[in-house]
Amino acid sequence: MILSVATALALMAGCTGGGVGGDTASAGEVNVYNWGEYIDESIFADFTAQTGIKVNYNVYPDNESLYSTLKGGGAEYDVIIPSDYMISRMIEEDMLEKLDFNNIPNFSDIDPSLKDPDYDPTNEYSVPYMWGTVGIIYNTAKIDKPVTGWSSLFDSDYKGQILMFDNSRDGIGIALKYLGYSYNTTDEAQIQEAVDLLIEQQSYLQGYVMDQIFDKLEGGEAAIGPYYAGDFITMHESNPDLAWCLPEEGSNIFVDAMCIPKGAANKTNAEAFINFMCTTDAGLANCKAIGYSTPLLSVKDALPDEVKNDPVAYPSAEALARCESFTNLPENILALYDSEWLRLKTQ
Amino acid sequence: MRSKRNQILAVPYVVWMAVFVVVPLLLIVVYAFTTKDGSFTLANFSTMNQYLGVFGNSFFLALVATAICILLGYPLAYFLARSGHRMKGVAMMLIMLPMWMNFLLRTYSWMSLLEDTGLINRLLQSIRFFDLWNGIFGTNIEFFHMINTPGAVVLGMVYNFLPFMVLPIFSVIEKIDSRVIEAAQDLGANSRRVFQKVVFPLSLPGVLSGITMVFIPSVSTFVITKLLGGGMTMMLGDLIEMQFLGAAYNPHLGSAISLVMMIVVLICMAVMNRFGEGEEEAMLL
Repeated sequence: MILSVATALALMAGCTGGGVGGDTASAGEVNVYNWGEYIDESIFADFTAQTGIKVNYNVYPDNESLYSTLKGGGAEYDVIIPSDYMISRMIEEDMLEKLDFNNIPNFSDIDPSLKDPDYDPTNEYSVPYMWGTVGIIYNTAKIDKPVTGWSSLFDSDYKGQILMFDNSRDGIGIALKYLGYSYNTTDEAQIQEAVDLLIEQQSYLQGYVMDQIFDKLEGGEAAIGPYYAGDFITMHESNPDLAWCLPEEGSNIFVDAMCIPKGAANKTNAEAFINFMCTTDAGLANCKAIGYSTPLLSVKDALPDEVKNDPVAYPSAEALARCESFTNLPENILALYDSEWLRLKTQ
Repeated sequence: MRSKRNQILAVPYVVWMAVFVVVPLLLIVVYAFTTKDGSFTLANFSTMNQYLGVFGNSFFLALVATAICILLGYPLAYFLARSGHRMKGVAMMLIMLPMWMNFLLRTYSWMSLLEDTGLINRLLQSIRFFDLWNGIFGTNIEFFHMINTPGAVVLGMVYNFLPFMVLPIFSVIEKIDSRVIEAAQDLGANSRRVFQKVVFPLSLPGVLSGITMVFIPSVSTFVITKLLGGGMTMMLGDLIEMQFLGAAYNPHLGSAISLVMMIVVLICMAVMNRFGEGEEEAMLL
């Protein structure tokens, strides 16, 4: 949220031909562009000590900001960490470089079930960084009925206590799943039906939020809302009444993966950085700092038992089988998402 | 000689304006009239009617916020301008002080204040205010619901933009020649008539620039609606943001909406300035 303003400024700078990426010409650098609060920054020093390559680090708030920054053309980055559906969009639009996996030997440590994913079927463009699921976070002191699936978010008994995602892909996605459809449906009628359901839900909704959900669930202002597993672990630390449910209808599994944007000035350095991020030490440090689930087998092994056996961070294979990741949607469907989201917001 | 030196001094400013104001404006115009592949189109404007509701909503909320700012800001500016030197200094400081804090931080704080379980409601609960309220009105409430309503959005705008209303009015009233007021009094006008016939007309230019400085940021705000409106009310700022950061990346439509918004605002300003023109001449006299 806060960063979206910064991104807007970056966009303007992009429009006028200014650059925000820093120096890219000299050989000893790598420009990394990551989500906010999504890395242990102390590992940069280790990387520089090992390789002599200096890390320039910048952050973005969401995939869409990353996309518009790169499209605006004002920034030069060597490593970016978009989510699955954004990676497939960038591959389709020829925005990514193919990786040279000879420079990334640690790729062998990646969980085989996360290799060759739907968003990058031949696994030529991306190396998974973190993954996780979307689920329902609820306050056990306020929600008396058992929470098993998305229906709890559409329960008018909890009038004024329910929060929803403030972005169209996640928001409409939940309604689609609740109705038994795919996250990636291109059937316009199904999407409209989902939005009709969201319009009905709006009358007993408290609000649409993104990161404000931390405040509202931790402080007891709201009782129930959907968010990410890694963030639930953080919220649970400050409010033990909060509980987690991975919905029975199935949910979203997301993977954020490291990629190199087209025309990156320091491609070899970028590959060295990606390889470094796949070492056990760096992976462990990042895992501890942000609480998301690691795709690195050696890191998972090294985690304490209560973490690696926690079904929130590492759900059973059977639960994961019900989950579906986002893929990129055709342009007319993306436009429909925007216009339907507008229909919802202007009720 | 002197004018030449002044021209040279103006160069950095002119360059700055050209690069950061004129060029982006031209880019907005170019984007607004083109499609993704760069060919000319009017389609970005012909579909604009579906956003009428958002335009209406934005202008309505911004108007309400501006009106409240005048009602609150004018008396404040008037009494400040008439008060002693010391009082002015302290009051100016208090008005400016919140602006030293980050805009987002201030708005986020309002979120914690206004929530159902927020600071205001908890304070009222702790002094048993709701028992009194329920006793008098026969209701059964435990809190005032304030957050996530259009009212909270207007409050956020008033809070953030009020100084931009107070300061221009203050500086205009402060500069009114006291002899003009004395002359009116000598001619037998009572204090009400002095205000009606002299002070108020002379202060109108300040009110007009205050309106401009409050109305324009209000109409295009987008963070306030997200934090205080709970994402339930959509304003023009949110709509434009959605074109850049929504599912479909469409800077062309975003630019077209921005352009229409700018033109509507320009028309409003032109109408208002025309309305205030006679008064400015009076000021010059």
